[in-house]
Amino acid sequence: MTAFGPFVARARAAGTLVVQPRMGMSEPGRMRAGLLATKDAAATTVGTLTLDSYTRTGEVAAARRAVAEGVPLNGYPITSYPSGVTRSVLHGVADDSFPVQVRHGSARPEKIFSALLAAGLHATEGGPVSYCLPYSRTPLREAVDSWRRCCELLAASRTDGAEPHLETFGGCMMGQLCPPGLLIALSVLEGLFFRRHGLRSISLSYAQQASTRQDEEAVTALQAIAAELLPDVDRHVVIYTYMGVYPLSPGGAQLLLDEAARLAVRTGAARLIVKTTAEAYRIPTVGENVRALESAAAVAAGERRSPPGATPDTGIRAEARGLIDAVLDLHPDIGRALVLAFAKGYLDVPYCLHPDNAGRARSRLDHDGRLHWSDPGSMPIGRSGRTPAAPALSSSELLGALSYVQRSYDRRAFRTSVADGVSVAR
Amino acid sequence: MERGKAGKAGLNVVVTTMVSDSHTWNLVFLQLLLEELGHRVTNLGPCVPDEVLAAECRRRRPDLIVLSSVNGHGYNDGLRVVAGLRACPELRGTPIVIGGKLGIAGAEDGARARALLAAGFDAVFEEAASVDAFRSYVRSLPAGVLL
Ligand code: B12
Repeated sequence: MTAFGPFVARARAAGTLVVQPRMGMSEPGRMRAGLLATKDAAATTVGTLTLDSYTRTGEVAAARRAVAEGVPLNGYPITSYPSGVTRSVLHGVADDSFPVQVRHGSARPEKIFSALLAAGLHATEGGPVSYCLPYSRTPLREAVDSWRRCCELLAASRTDGAEPHLETFGGCMMGQLCPPGLLIALSVLEGLFFRRHGLRSISLSYAQQASTRQDEEAVTALQAIAAELLPDVDRHVVIYTYMGVYPLSPGGAQLLLDEAARLAVRTGAARLIVKTTAEAYRIPTVGENVRALESAAAVAAGERRSPPGATPDTGIRAEARGLIDAVLDLHPDIGRALVLAFAKGYLDVPYCLHPDNAGRARSRLDHDGRLHWSDPGSMPIGRSGRTPAAPALSSSELLGALSYVQRSYDRRAFRTSVADGVSVAR
Repeated sequence: MERGKAGKAGLNVVVTTMVSDSHTWNLVFLQLLLEELGHRVTNLGPCVPDEVLAAECRRRRPDLIVLSSVNGHGYNDGLRVVAGLRACPELRGTPIVIGGKLGIAGAEDGARARALLAAGFDAVFEEAASVDAFRSYVRSLPAGVLL
């Protein structure tokens, strides 16, 4: 029996950041080896079963066929193996000193929730919005119904030894170019949805964006709003290392991970999900994951939490709170409120193609990497009078915005290596 | 519009991914790129089931079908999907191409591309560096298709 929330709470009380990989491979033996390597890493870790895309989209037959034919998948197909196989993957690995979470990306995760419970696990993640809009063509209303049932199923697994844990994925819409106010609002709204449907141990996500200053303000705002609206649950904040187009150079990838680890510690987040130097290219190896976990833990150990008031308030907290309140006012049932909010465009994720997303809002990156609304669409966000209507982006401008972080960190790594080279030459 | 009648008004292009892939920035990018080249794009969005893809293509009779996948299942899914599309008599001669990150282990020696071509694709464009090649391919199309 593993308890995810209490494990993270103990590490936080001890002043240690918990680090976690995104790791999943199709073959059970390799999956087990990956979990063991995560457990043995020189860091305070929790384990991950990241599921493959067939399993995420409910294509169980395709996943089974791939397993039978030996086609390598991009994750672990939990619903294609009998629960005994997954239990043997976890046996002697998952325990109170090493909780394991299932990470998926499914708009209708009933089978996944049943499979993880059958394997003896109680921790997973997602949400009715964040695993629908960027991950499927499922109507939002259906995803909300499915996630309600799944929350109830997970909550019902509560026993003396295990408090089920659910993490919101709302802090990472589309991986990039979503301004922080909306990320925070969605993360908190999904947290409220989870609590409404029985969960008592919840983590709230926030994905690193393109400006560290802006991210620090955003996570501080997320902590404050979560304390106001979710005071009565076991709760922590989890930071995702950058989820957009990743640096190409190993040095750039490392600097970006270092920055995420510092962001997590400074803002009082309890857990960090790492990315590896393979991110821009392919599924990482176990070794690459272990190196990312260990280096992030080492950077975190050298950083301190910022004192209260250290981050100037540019209005992110008010924007997020305004969005949350506007959604909650739409309907007493939070699931219905979320569906109505997207139908009215009160929530509108930039560049998201899902048919239930209004698609009127547009974001832009400042010269220093801060994200802003160039057009908030119908969201209840003040349009600053000076902002002219957003001109449509060209394909190369879009690529430019998507690869801003990649470029900046690759350049930084190149400069560092040149500087090192010079000092060595001397 | 009937195939081959696109002429100066540009091609009718279907941009799509396959059933297991939810990535969409690639689709948004390809749509903008093709529109800038003067073509009309129908973007089918994420996780397109095989039946939906075939039905949309049969209905629209596009001048070009562009499949994009980056989740690592593109090779496996592409082999199946192109066979299904080529089995539709209306699509037997339609240019169909695929690109993106098609396997889970990064770049390889070209065996993947050869197998995809043999399965029925007209061209394979792996990774970002292939965008220029794609542009020239598309430029070469109208004449090829029109005559
Ligand atoms: C953003 C992102 C996401 C977002 C996507 C949001 C959205 N709706 O689009 C989120 C967080 C939701 C996500 C989810 C997942 N992702 Co993802 N994601 C990325 C990331 C970081 C950037 C992709 C991106 O937006 N690029 C911007 C676009 C414009 O570029 P592009 O897609 O690379 O396409 C370029 C070229 O490939 C080329 N191209 C693409 N298609 C075509 C087609 C033609 C014809 C041509 C000519 C060219 C071409 O042109 C583009 C411009 O240069 C990449 C890693 C990276 N690159 O840094 C991983 C990555 C693509 N994801 C990956 C995976 C596996 C997943 C998941 C399955 C989760 C998992 N197991 O880790 C899920 C997807 C679930 C599913 N059902 O498929 C892997 C794929 C592994 C592989 N192929 O070996 C990557 C490489 C990360 C990794 N190293 O593990 N992801």
